[in-house]
Amino acid sequence: MPERKVITGNHAAAYACKSAGVEVVAAYPITPQSPVVEKISEFVESGELPNTQFVCVESEQSAISAVIAASQMGCRVFTASSANGLAYMYELLCWAAGSRLPIVMCIATRALGAPWSVWTDHQDAFSVRDVGFMQQFVESNQETYDTVLMSYRVAEDPRVYLPAFVSYDGYILSHTTMSVQIEDDDKVREFLPPLKHHLNLTDFDNVHSVNPVTPPGLTIRPEGNTPGYYEFRYSMQKAHEYSIEIVEEVAKEFGEKFGRYYGNGIYKSYQADDAEVLIFAVASVASESRGVVDTLRNEGLKVGLISLKLYRPFPIEHLRKAFSKAKLVVVFDRDVGYGVEGILCAELKTALYAAENRPKIRGFVVGLGGRDITADQLIGGVKLAVQEQEIPEVEKNTHVEFIGVHLEELGFKKEEF
Amino acid sequence: MVRTKQDDAFEKNVARTILASMQTPAVGEAGNTGEWRTMRPILHNDLCIVVKSGKPTCHLCWMYCPEITVSREIPPVFNYTYCKGCGICATECPTKAIEMVPEKEAPSCEGNEGGEF
Repeated sequence: MPERKVITGNHAAAYACKSAGVEVVAAYPITPQSPVVEKISEFVESGELPNTQFVCVESEQSAISAVIAASQMGCRVFTASSANGLAYMYELLCWAAGSRLPIVMCIATRALGAPWSVWTDHQDAFSVRDVGFMQQFVESNQETYDTVLMSYRVAEDPRVYLPAFVSYDGYILSHTTMSVQIEDDDKVREFLPPLKHHLNLTDFDNVHSVNPVTPPGLTIRPEGNTPGYYEFRYSMQKAHEYSIEIVEEVAKEFGEKFGRYYGNGIYKSYQADDAEVLIFAVASVASESRGVVDTLRNEGLKVGLISLKLYRPFPIEHLRKAFSKAKLVVVFDRDVGYGVEGILCAELKTALYAAENRPKIRGFVVGLGGRDITADQLIGGVKLAVQEQEIPEVEKNTHVEFIGVHLEELGFKKEEF
Repeated sequence: MVRTKQDDAFEKNVARTILASMQTPAVGEAGNTGEWRTMRPILHNDLCIVVKSGKPTCHLCWMYCPEITVSREIPPVFNYTYCKGCGICATECPTKAIEMVPEKEAPSCEGNEGGEF
C-alpha cells in the first residue's frame, strides 16, 4: 500500500532511492544535502535496503568516482551534493556523462563560495549545465520523489543512457516538511524494471577496458574501426536531442500509473493559456511566482507562469510553443552567468530567436545566496517590465538588473553622482 | 538542408549505438610508454624474497604494478618497454630489494629496452 509521510525534501529523495532499489550509494556530506545520505545510510543499517552497499568516502570527488565505478559494473547508483562539493565533482561528472552512465544524482542547490554561504540559489546547478547530464528542477518534495524515479527510468532507457541531475532548492525544499506519497515497491518495480546496462565490467569472459586514450581520428583495432572522441561527443549530443520526447513519454506513463502529472513533464504552466505576460523561472522562484500570478490577475493583468522542469536538454521547441502567444516574458534568475546575464534568460532568448513569435524578454536576477525573494519584489519586476515594454532604450539595455539589492542601507546614494 | 525523418532515424541510431568507449585490451596501445621513464627500477637479487626462497612467494611487485610490467618469474623481470618508472614496486617491496635509479645513471642504459614477456 502506498504510504503518506510528512518528510523533508532530502528525505523524499532518500525514499525515492529506497523505492528505486538503488544498489550502490556513495556521498560525502555537505550542507544542505547531508540528510539525504544520512537517511539512506539509516535504511542500509536497519536492513530496510538489504541489497544496497553504502560506501563511505573521503570527498565528493571520491563519491562520484565510486558511483561511476559501480555503475560500470552494472549497478543502479545514487549520489548527491551541493555547491562547493558539486564543483569538486566537476571533472568526474564529465566522465560519467562521457561514459553514458545512467547515474541519478540530487543537487540540493546552494550558493557557491566566495564569500562563504550555505543558503540557496541556483548557481551550482546551472554551473554544471554543460557536463552532459540531463537536469530537472522541482518545486515540491513530492515532485522530488517522483522526479528521481522518472529520472532513473529515462536515464536507463536504452534510447538515452545519460546521467541525470534532480535539483531542489536547499532549505526551501531540502529542509521543509511536506506531505509525500511513498509508492508501493511492487508498483515502482513495474514502472522501473531492473537496470539493463550497456556496460557491465563484471563480465570476465568478455574483458574490456573503458575510456582508453581516444585520439582525434578513428582507431583501427582488432575488433574493427572504433570511434574517435568526436564521434562519442556527437552521439552524446544526439542522445540529448532525442531524449526530450522520452522524458515526455515517461512523465505521461508515470502520471497514468501514479496519478501525478507535472505539466507535460517538460514544463508546468499556470494561468498561461490567455496570458499576455509570462513569467519564466525554475524551482523556488517559480513556486513564489504562482501567488504573484494570482495577485496580478486580480489587478486585471493577464499574467501567467511557465515553470521550467526539464532544463537539460533544453526543450527549445516546447518553449517556442509555450511562448507563441505571449507579448512579454519576464525571466527571474536565481543565478548569474557572470559577465553576461541570468543564465535562464540568456538561454530563453537563444531559444526564441528563431521562433515565429518573438516576445520581448526582460530578465531580472533575484535572491542570490539565499536572499529572501518576496512576492512584492516579483510583482514589482513584472509591473516594471510591463510599464517599460515599449521603451526601446530599455530593450537594448546590456546591464543586468538585480532585484532586492540593499545598497542604500550601506550608504550608497544615487543622488550623489 | 531541410531535415527529413530519415535524418532523425539515422541520428537516433548513432546515439543508441555509440555509447561508452571500450576496447579489448591490447599491448602497447599508447606506444612504448617506457620512454616516459626517468627513474628505472633495479632488482637486487640478494634482498629479494622470491630469489632467496626460490619460490613464487612474495611477488608484491608483480601484484602492485599498475602497468603489468613485472613478471611473476624467479627472479621477477621488469619490462622496460612499458615500465613508466612510477616506483610503486619499490615502495611496496618489503625488503627494499628494488632500487629506483635515475635513467641516466642506470646500468646498461644504452641499447637495453627490455622486451616482451
